[in-house]
Amino acid sequence: MQYKDFQKTKEPKRPLLKNCARAFFVGGIICVIGQAISVFYMYFFDFTEQTVGNPTVATLIFITMLLTGLGYYDRLAQFAGAGSAVPVTGFGNAVISAAIEHRTEGFVQGVGGNMFKLAGSVILFGVFSAFVIALIKTIITYLGGAA
Amino acid sequence: MVFLWAFLVGGCICVIGQLLLDVGKLTPGHTLSTLVVAGAILDGFELYEPLIDFAGAGATVPITSFGNSLVHGALEEAEKHGIIGVITGMFEITSSGISAAIIFGMIGAIFFKAKG
Repeated sequence: MQYKDFQKTKEPKRPLLKNCARAFFVGGIICVIGQAISVFYMYFFDFTEQTVGNPTVATLIFITMLLTGLGYYDRLAQFAGAGSAVPVTGFGNAVISAAIEHRTEGFVQGVGGNMFKLAGSVILFGVFSAFVIALIKTIITYLGGAA
Repeated sequence: MVFLWAFLVGGCICVIGQLLLDVGKLTPGHTLSTLVVAGAILDGFELYEPLIDFAGAGATVPITSFGNSLVHGALEEAEKHGIIGVITGMFEITSSGISAAIIFGMIGAIFFKAKG
């Protein structure tokens, strides 16, 4: 407990307002780019507003691959904090950078084994919470139908 | 107009993430997991779909939409096939994000070298 208090006094203050402004700006821009890609897919292909999320996400992750591979995404992340981590591009970056980083250990042990090192927890908790919620909702629907 | 809302809503979700990092002192892994679970819970109460209608990519691009589409896929299958659909339908809608990450991760590992 004492150490924790001591650590608190020594910890550098985080510039909260500046960090939030950067996150807001960069995150917003990424979503606007996503919106532009969505409009493109809706206009030129047969996607509706509900289904257009899929190709948009795939396209964004493709762009992320290029930016990550060329080393630009890390620089963006330094600047933007959560602004580049929260959009789906951050998920893509976590997978792709882990894959590239562990390439030297070989494709099976390195790339295959470490690809989801960072993004794995997102998938785990996403899937498990979705499972619980969907299960509860389904059971409620059944009970409602039976009653 | 939807571009403006995409910017504002997407930006706000990122600020929530930043607050979890800076004020909540969570690690990035904890922050993203929290947001995914939040998206799933919001869809459980049927609140996420209206947000997508309203903000477009501002709601589909942040990681919260991953939780939302997982629940959505599970529920859609559950309607057709009963309780087993919760498991079989889990990745029905969100497959593109995971597939794209895996495929482009592999391609990236083949063509790019680690920096530094």
